[in-house]
Amino acid sequence: MSKSKWSRGVAVVGAGMSRFGAFPDKTSRDLFVEAFKDLNKNMDKALDPKKIEAFYLGNFSSDQFEKQAHLAPILASWLGLSPISAVRVEDACASGGVAIRQAALAIASGEYDVVLVGGLEKMTDLRISEVTEALGTAADTQFEIPAGFTFPGFYAAMATAYLHEYGADRNAFFDVAIKNHKNGALNDKAQFEQTIEQIMEDKKARAVQKGRPEPTWKTDLEFLQDPKGNPNVAWPMTLFDCSPVSDGAAMALLVSEDLAKQFSHHPIYLIGSGQASDGALPERATLSSIPAAEKAGKQAYEMAGLTPDDIDLAEVHDCFTVAEIMASEDLGFFPRGEGWKAAMEGKTARDGEHPINTSGGLKAKGHPVGASGVGQVVEIWKQLNGLAGERQLPNAPKIGLTHNVGGSGQTCVVNIFERRD
Amino acid sequence: MNDYALVNKEFFRALEAGELIGSKCLDCGEFSIPQREICPFCHSTNIEVVTFSGKGKLVAYTVISVPPVKMAQAGYDSKNPYCVGIVELAEGPRISAQILEMDLAHPEAIAIGTELVMTTIQREEDGVQKAYLAFKPA
Ligand SMILES: [Zn+2]
Repeated sequence: MSKSKWSRGVAVVGAGMSRFGAFPDKTSRDLFVEAFKDLNKNMDKALDPKKIEAFYLGNFSSDQFEKQAHLAPILASWLGLSPISAVRVEDACASGGVAIRQAALAIASGEYDVVLVGGLEKMTDLRISEVTEALGTAADTQFEIPAGFTFPGFYAAMATAYLHEYGADRNAFFDVAIKNHKNGALNDKAQFEQTIEQIMEDKKARAVQKGRPEPTWKTDLEFLQDPKGNPNVAWPMTLFDCSPVSDGAAMALLVSEDLAKQFSHHPIYLIGSGQASDGALPERATLSSIPAAEKAGKQAYEMAGLTPDDIDLAEVHDCFTVAEIMASEDLGFFPRGEGWKAAMEGKTARDGEHPINTSGGLKAKGHPVGASGVGQVVEIWKQLNGLAGERQLPNAPKIGLTHNVGGSGQTCVVNIFERRD
Repeated sequence: MNDYALVNKEFFRALEAGELIGSKCLDCGEFSIPQREICPFCHSTNIEVVTFSGKGKLVAYTVISVPPVKMAQAGYDSKNPYCVGIVELAEGPRISAQILEMDLAHPEAIAIGTELVMTTIQREEDGVQKAYLAFKPA
């Protein structure tokens, strides 16, 4: 039974995104316009921008990445939406998912009927050490960062706790990367539209071209296991365990349920939503899971009146490979300590019992942090509407879930969407 | 009880003196590090500053090859990685710290549960030497 306390329902009537990647010749405004054009192209009924009453932007840190704060009104103006309310929402890498939830709450309250949600980050203009520094401000900069922690480091530490607690096989992390790249290879918006096998073959070919001995990797797994192909970042997280540094924008149009069919023949409905917070990593009773994710998931399931087995597909926050495995347990798809086995057994692949990250996830699609949570909604919207092309799940999926984490788990927001016939 | 005040900056003043301080809630008895003016367990403000024994054990760790700017300034890189981890103090609470004297060439052999003792490490930050929290095997 659904236990929603919302005054009215909310639907997603359109979604779109820029390509994710590294775009030195574009500014964040260019990417945002690209996402808006994609949303308009994807809508089956033409959108009149004058109907948009408010704008919520998920953005982690344009102040650090672009030296531009107060970005929401600028972007609203760039789309010709001034003078509507324009609000930037910041919860680190969960900013996009939180913006979706805040927009939905604004509609549920009755204040607005039609709200545009954007997610955006332009990260690649900084040097990698500066990006690491900027991302570090999402952690506790007084007590965690001075110890030497980085974001890969936080998830790596959780990975050591996970490996230790469950006697897990580290190769499970590599299997997550291989699977997400296989999905990303079928996504023309992905930063890496390439399988790891293709990346490996490219590296071999380049070595030969440069007159060096050809590396002997026979499989993608062998390549990932070799530090020469896949160097350490923060042990046990290697380069291919990490999502990339990305530029990108994503967008979704949310309206009140009663208006949904005016905007689209095929809306999807936001039927469950939850959000929770937590302290820094050392304050948590467990390091092998993310408690805020479990709490946000429970709230969302309860509101929707659903259980984990009702979810046909999930886009989860795989900022690092271990995060996807923890998410698959925090969301109840698999029992504690079983997520790594499920990943190795292919249960989270497109043809598995719990498909995860059909878009390629943050790992292959890219992770422009403020855009990621909205990008997840774009994939769910496409999959539920049968618009996901080569990576489309068979059997007409009906229920999709997004799971978006900020920091090392200080924020988690979970949203559940439903297609109705 | 010691002479440190119940504000965040005192943690770093104590560290310069080689001491590890935190707080104890006089109502529920829970320890916190860093110190908290409001007990996160029972919301009491009946709190005193305490000095920890400095003994603890490793509960999670990583060996970092791609350091942030400040650790790079201190001389760390992919050829000279460092270990950072989360330490559970003998008194109960946990804190992040650099972990010294570990076999960085074999990170898989670093053992969770290793008994540790508090120390400090001097790192240069913007031209000034500063003491940072670290632990080493007991
Ligand atoms: Zn207390």
